[in-house]
Amino acid sequence: MKKVELINFQKSYDQRTQVLKGIDVIIEPGEFFVLVGPSGCGKSTMLRMIAGLESISGGDLFLGDKKANHLTPSQRDLSMVFQNYALYPHLTVEENITFGLHVKKIFKKEQKMRCEEAGEMLGLTDYMKRKPKELSGGQRQRVALARAIVTHAPLCLMDEPLSNLDAKLRARMRSEIRQIQRKLGLTMIYVTHDQTEAMTMADRMMILNGGEVQQIGKPMDIYNEPKNTFVASFMGAPPMNLIHAKVKGSSLVVDEQWLIPMSESIRAAAQLNEVTIGVRPEHIQLANDDEPGFVVVVSNVEVLGTETLITFNIGDKKQWIARWSGQWNLRIEQPLRIFIEDQHLCLFDAQTGGKLDGSQDSSFLNKEWITI
Amino acid sequence: MNLAQREPSPFKTYDEPERRRWMSSPFLAGMLFLLPSLVLFGVFLFYPMMRTIYLSLYLIDTQGEPLVFVGVENFINLFQSSSFQTSAKATGLFVLYTVPIGLILALVLALLANEKVKGIGFFRTMFSSTMGMSVAASSVIWMFMYNPSIGIMNRLLSGIGMSEVQWLLDPQFALMSVAAATIWMNTGFTFLILLGGLQNIDQQLYESARVAGVSDWYKLRKITLPMLSPTLFFVTVVSLINSFQTFGQIDILTKGGPMESTNVIVYSIYKDAFINYNVGSASAQAVLLFFCILIVTVLQFKLTERKVHYQ
Repeated sequence: MKKVELINFQKSYDQRTQVLKGIDVIIEPGEFFVLVGPSGCGKSTMLRMIAGLESISGGDLFLGDKKANHLTPSQRDLSMVFQNYALYPHLTVEENITFGLHVKKIFKKEQKMRCEEAGEMLGLTDYMKRKPKELSGGQRQRVALARAIVTHAPLCLMDEPLSNLDAKLRARMRSEIRQIQRKLGLTMIYVTHDQTEAMTMADRMMILNGGEVQQIGKPMDIYNEPKNTFVASFMGAPPMNLIHAKVKGSSLVVDEQWLIPMSESIRAAAQLNEVTIGVRPEHIQLANDDEPGFVVVVSNVEVLGTETLITFNIGDKKQWIARWSGQWNLRIEQPLRIFIEDQHLCLFDAQTGGKLDGSQDSSFLNKEWITI
Repeated sequence: MNLAQREPSPFKTYDEPERRRWMSSPFLAGMLFLLPSLVLFGVFLFYPMMRTIYLSLYLIDTQGEPLVFVGVENFINLFQSSSFQTSAKATGLFVLYTVPIGLILALVLALLANEKVKGIGFFRTMFSSTMGMSVAASSVIWMFMYNPSIGIMNRLLSGIGMSEVQWLLDPQFALMSVAAATIWMNTGFTFLILLGGLQNIDQQLYESARVAGVSDWYKLRKITLPMLSPTLFFVTVVSLINSFQTFGQIDILTKGGPMESTNVIVYSIYKDAFINYNVGSASAQAVLLFFCILIVTVLQFKLTERKVHYQ
């Protein structure tokens, strides 16, 4: 277990464009911390800087209580799992797992013991004498994990370790990695672009975009309280539905078609002409007869067994997706009257994308959407 | 009633005229595609080779016409001739001088040029530039460098107070001098192939080794060399064969002299065939060289097979 602390962490390759723009975070000992973001957001760079494979352009890195800016990768006492596993094709599984252990002054006997222990944990005992090319993708992944385990390093870094596996195996390895991390009490920093992996594995996660932190927090907090439209649309599958609305008097007007009355307090708080409205797919309901609702037209239906995804047009260009549990047999072009509870509406600043503070306040919106 | 009788296979075309069936056979189509290269190889490779083996078994007149079948007499004569023995020894020594040193030199240069340093492109170009020079042009350059009175070699020697050396005229030095020039000429090619091999190695393997904290020497032994082994094997085989077949620089620099000390087999073949008009002996030498290269190459494959790791 080891604490990792980043203070104003920066990276720039050419002194002009910043790849990472001053990141501050403290990763607690024993925490499973996930870095997530779209490709090119700087998450891998950040991991490589923590590992010492890239230099740190600005700010400080503390591992434990020690400043680690200028330590070599091996001095940082960490292990790393690479995206393509970085197994040595000419060495056997056993030799791969124990590669480099002699540097840490671990004797042959101890090496063998640790290797067997890790092999047992990951079900590799029968494959110790094989070469990597004689293994399946999942087994190679396990060898890479075993190699990280045998070092007994308190901090483990993983760079998209599951992205080369098929969906089924990925789901299994997710829970396996999580279990091993808990069992060994590792501090884990895990990079992924897959929001499902982030949601299911993380104790806490950081969402990065364009080298800037969008939000740090527990998965559920991030899902329920996204700080801005980027986080809202990145987390969750399908993502949060967003649409622009104009503020007119005491109402929000969506695409000249719908009107939402707005309470006095929020109007005073947000002196804006335009906002973005966000709704999670599961919060769009079918309206009962006594509930106020508005009519949309179904444009696509995906029945997934336990749930149904309904795509419908809202406004002229936008499409929203609703997620209803159960199997719904809907026709294309069928009109639906839908209803959204006001507590589930999120409001964002249309310019900056930032969340408007009062928007969780249930008094801020009056209930119904009114079709103009 | 079995299946075959009831339903004749759609692939059998008994009804078609004989000629069309023959034309559409896949074997013939394949042969047609192979024909151009078969013709070229046949004219310039297979026929001359067969003809050489044939001629090596005959007594040949000065016009190149075979007179009498003499069996292996040409070969026996060769083995008894001291000139051939000198020639074989010169070839062996030449290969020993050029191949290992050339490979190690190119490997060292490739390892250096594989580092990410500012201006490395300049060095990569310089190190591989000899590949773009013809044997004739480079030989002339080296001839000037070896010139006893105006060459830079002797100037360097006298600069540090040593006596001058007759590089290409002293039997002690001639073979080594030609070998040095040959190493220089071949370095570009070997360097380029090895550099390509080095750049093909997955960088994450090295990053993983950095996290493990192993030394550079350990990385070289445990990662670079095994990962480079297919490339190393290839350049070794090619350099060895090239070295056995050296001709151009010998012809320009020493013409086989002095005292036959640089009279390698290919040059000896050339002299026997086109200067002494002893085609029978020349053919026999060519056949021996062929089998010698064949054996060395096969041995290489057999001995190093286990040490080469293809991915």
